[in-house]
Amino acid sequence: MKTGSVALALALAMTSAHAADKVKVGFLSTLSGPGGALGVDIEDGFKLALKSTGNKLGGLPAELVVVDDQQNPDVAKQATDRLLKRDKVDLMTGIVFSNIMLAVGPTIFDAKTFYVSANAGPSQYAGAQCNPYFFNVAWQNDNLHEAVGKHVAEKGFKNVALVAPNYPAGKDALTGFKRYYNGKVADEIYTKLGQLDYAAELAQIRATKPDAVYIFLPGGMGINFIKQYAAAGLAKDVPLFGPGFSADEDVIRAAGDAMNGMYNASQWAHDLPNAENRKFVADFEREYGRLPSLYASQGYDAALLIDAAVRKVKGNLDDKEALRAALASADFKSVRGAFKFNRNHYPVQDYYLRVVEKDAKGRVTNRTVGTIFKDHADAYANECAMK
Amino acid sequence: MSAALAAEQALNGLQLGLMLFLMAAGLTLVLGIMDTINLAHGSLYMTGAYLAAATYAAAGSFLVAVAAAVVGTALIGALLEMTVLRALYRRDHLSQVLATFAIILIANEAIRMTWGPQPLALPTPRALSGPVELLPGFLYPAWRLVLIAAGLGVAVLLFILVTYTRAGMRVRAGASNREMAEVMGVDVKRLFTVVFAIGAALCALAGALLGPLLAVQVGMGESILILAFVVVVIGGIGSIRGAFVGALLVGIVDTAGRALLVPALASIAIYVLMAAVLFWKPQGLFPARG
Repeated sequence: MKTGSVALALALAMTSAHAADKVKVGFLSTLSGPGGALGVDIEDGFKLALKSTGNKLGGLPAELVVVDDQQNPDVAKQATDRLLKRDKVDLMTGIVFSNIMLAVGPTIFDAKTFYVSANAGPSQYAGAQCNPYFFNVAWQNDNLHEAVGKHVAEKGFKNVALVAPNYPAGKDALTGFKRYYNGKVADEIYTKLGQLDYAAELAQIRATKPDAVYIFLPGGMGINFIKQYAAAGLAKDVPLFGPGFSADEDVIRAAGDAMNGMYNASQWAHDLPNAENRKFVADFEREYGRLPSLYASQGYDAALLIDAAVRKVKGNLDDKEALRAALASADFKSVRGAFKFNRNHYPVQDYYLRVVEKDAKGRVTNRTVGTIFKDHADAYANECAMK
Repeated sequence: MSAALAAEQALNGLQLGLMLFLMAAGLTLVLGIMDTINLAHGSLYMTGAYLAAATYAAAGSFLVAVAAAVVGTALIGALLEMTVLRALYRRDHLSQVLATFAIILIANEAIRMTWGPQPLALPTPRALSGPVELLPGFLYPAWRLVLIAAGLGVAVLLFILVTYTRAGMRVRAGASNREMAEVMGVDVKRLFTVVFAIGAALCALAGALLGPLLAVQVGMGESILILAFVVVVIGGIGSIRGAFVGALLVGIVDTAGRALLVPALASIAIYVLMAAVLFWKPQGLFPARG
C-alpha cells in the first residue's frame, strides 16, 4: 500500500505523466477446437465484467482485441507479436494452456506489457522465473491437486489409485496431489495423451481394489473416463476424486448423471455466499443461459482486477511501477471472496471442497461442502527472487 | 494376472476392435475403390455423434437417436461425395489430403457454430448403464456388451453384403480393378456415392454407439481417425476382411499393451504392430488388389 502511494506520487510528479484515453486489452485465448470451450468461458466471463462496468476499465473506455490461439504455440506467438506491435495493447490476458503461456511469456515481458493470467499457472513463473510483468488471478497449476490430496488424506483414504496423462502437466498434477496425500498409492497409471478408451485401465483399477481413485484428465479425456467409470459400476464402490477442472460445468454438461457424487476442489464455486458472486452467477445465467464455470469466474475476476488497478493509477498506464503496485495490491472484490497476491504474483486464497449432485432445481451441478485450505500459497514462491 | 482380469481385458480388446472396424470399413472402401484419401472420415463420425446427441435430447429415445444419426450422416456423406469428393478423384493424393483436411476444419467450426463449444451429453439408456455379472464376481459394463453385439452384427451384415450380393460383387470388382469394372459396365459414379454413404452411415453408428462412453465434442473425429488409418494399413487397403482382422488386432494389441506394458511402450504398441505387418506384408494382411 505504502509503495503504491509513493509510486503514485512519483507518477503524478512526472511532467510526462498523463492519463491514457482508453485501455486496450489483448485477449489471446483458445477459442476453437477441442479446448475451445475453456477459452470461450473465460471470454464470456471477462466480457460480462466489462458489461457490468459499462464497458470501462478503471473509468476509461475499454477496447478488447480478441484473438484465437487455436491451442497452437506458433499461432499464439504470431498473434502476440501482432497484439504488441500493431495493436499496441496495454495489457494482455486470456491464455488457457500453460505450454502456450510459456511460449509467449518472454515476448510479452520483454515488451514490458503486463500479463494477467485468467487460467494458466505454470510452476516456472511461480518459482525461479517469476516475472514482474506476470500476474495470475486463478491458481498455480498444482493448487487444486494439493487441495484434493489433503482432503483425501483427511478423510482417511489409505490406498488411492492415481490416473493422469503421460505428459509433464500430468506428472506435475500427481506430484501436487502427493504433496499433501501421504497414504499408499495403489497404482499410478499414466495414459496416452488424448486417450479415448479406458477399459484396460478400469479393469486394472478394479483388480487392484483401491479405496479411492484420483484423476487428472483434462477436457475430453476426463469426460471419457468418468462416463466409462460409471458404466463399469466402479462409481458405487470406489469414490472418484478430481481437481475442480475435471468436474466443472463443461464436464458435467457432457457426462451428466455419471458425475453424481464426485468430490473435487476449487478456489471458486457458483454457490459461494458473497454478494459479488451472487451477482456474477445471476448475471452470467441471464446473459448466456448456462451456469458459469470456474474458468468464467477467473475471466470475470481478471477484468475486475485490471479495472481496479487502472482506477488506482488514474489511467496513467505508462507508469509501469505504479501499475505493477496497483495490480499487486489486488484491490478488488473477487467473486471467490478473500484474495491477495503472494510475492510471486500468484494467489493466496482459500480452496473449497465441492461435490457434484442434483440441486433443488433438478440440475446436476456442484455444491460446496467445506473449506480445505485457508490462505493457501503455492510451493514455488520461495524460489522467486521478486519482492 | 487373474483369469477374470484376463477375460475382461480380452472383451475390452474385442470391443475396441469392433468399434474401430465400423470406422475402418468405410475408410478402406473409399481408399481402395475410389483411390481417394479421405481425412474427413472422422468428421462424419463426429457428425453422427452430434446428430445422435441432439436427437436424443429432443426425442428422448436412444433407438430414434441412432436411426437419425445413421440416416442423417449417410445423406450428408452422399451430398459430400457428390459435391466435393467427386471433383477430387482425378487429382493426386496431396490435393485430396488438403481438400479433405479443409473439410475437417469446416466441419469442426460448423458443429461449434450449431451446438456451441461445450461438449454435449449423450447418456447411456438407463437399463444398460451399469455393469452385468457375466460370471460370479466377473462384472462387465452392459453398454460395452451392446457395442460388441452391434459390431459383430454389422460385420456379419457387411460380409454377406460384400460376398453374396450383386452390389457387393461390384464393390469388390471396383476395389480390385477399377478400370476393368468400368469397362464391364459398372456405373462407377453411382457406386462411389453409395459406398461413400454406407461408409458415412457406419461412422455415424460408431459415433452414436460410442457417445455414451466418450465425450461428444468438437474434434472428436481426429483422434479416432488415426487409429482407423492404422487399421486400414494393417488390414490391406480396400479389403473389408482386412479391416475386420486389422481392427481386432489393433484393439487387442492396444488393450494388452496398456494392461501389460509401461505407458511409453503401450502408446506405441499398435504402431510397432503396423511396422511389423508392413515389414513382412507390405500390402497389408489382405490386399484387395492382387
